[in-house]
Amino acid sequence: MHKIAVMGDRDSIYGFAALGMEPFPITDPTEAAKKLHQIAEENYAVVYMTEALGSNLQKELDRYRESDLPAIILIPGTSGNTGAGMEQVKKSVVQAVGSDIIFGGDN
Amino acid sequence: MASTYVIPTRMELTRLKRKLVTARRGHKLLKDKRDELMRQFLALVRENRALRERVEEAIKAANKNFVLARATMSDEVLTTALMAPKQEIRLETTTRNIMSVDIPVFKVETRTADPNDIYCYGYAFTSTDLDYAVKSLADILPDLLRLAEVEKSCQLMADEIEETRRRVNALEHVTIPDTEEMIHSITMKLDEAERSSQIRLMKVKDMMLEKEHHYKEKLVERAAEKGA
Repeated sequence: MHKIAVMGDRDSIYGFAALGMEPFPITDPTEAAKKLHQIAEENYAVVYMTEALGSNLQKELDRYRESDLPAIILIPGTSGNTGAGMEQVKKSVVQAVGSDIIFGGDN
Repeated sequence: MASTYVIPTRMELTRLKRKLVTARRGHKLLKDKRDELMRQFLALVRENRALRERVEEAIKAANKNFVLARATMSDEVLTTALMAPKQEIRLETTTRNIMSVDIPVFKVETRTADPNDIYCYGYAFTSTDLDYAVKSLADILPDLLRLAEVEKSCQLMADEIEETRRRVNALEHVTIPDTEEMIHSITMKLDEAERSSQIRLMKVKDMMLEKEHHYKEKLVERAAEKGA
């Protein structure tokens, strides 16, 4: 059985804790990277991460893109929607198709 | 473009011809695989986009309530309220195979039988905004999990499509033309060798006949007679 983790600033993630996900309140990128590696080693299938935190962990996100589990999904936090989550989807399209055809691309 | 030197023998020719057949078949199969992957991927990525828009919208609304709850409640009360979550979600993960890509499939299991069992606090000291926040998050939970599933699938498929496309291109633009070129050059060399040996044989035959029957001398004699 796999667990679900939520990472980000405390205010953004405690609601998810009520649903039964495991919260990891972290805002420091270096510490978050360390924690993320640790989480990936353990039995987690999905890691929800706030966009604010994810934007500082681009290298880690790319690293876990190709591996099977965990799936790292960016979600907007209390600081608002930065569009970083959509960016990840766009990235997949560009990688597969060669150019962005879904989002009316600007690249 | 055949940069590598090949020994022009019949054995090599047979080998290359066989290689070309395999390369062509591989190319056709990989192309089919790429097209099907692409079709599936595009459908999936559209779903991904729609899901994401919906989820982001819902989380935004939930966060709004959450901020309100924080504003109306003291930090300690909020922390205590959410300290011991009653509910626990576990995922059973299996994989589904789409064109050799293993994409994850999640099956949700909650610890308590009632999935609506999300309020892990007494209502006495908390504000209703907290209830709304938790409720709206609980409502999008299925979408949230589906999003994780779909987004991960998209990432994995994008990877596979990229790889397949490279292989198709390598076969189409490098391996197949190169092999054709090599086959062509070997065929040419073998034909040339064959013509050369044919001519040599004809020449030898001429020389042998000449030696036996002295055609040339007779020809000269006859010409001399006519001239006389």
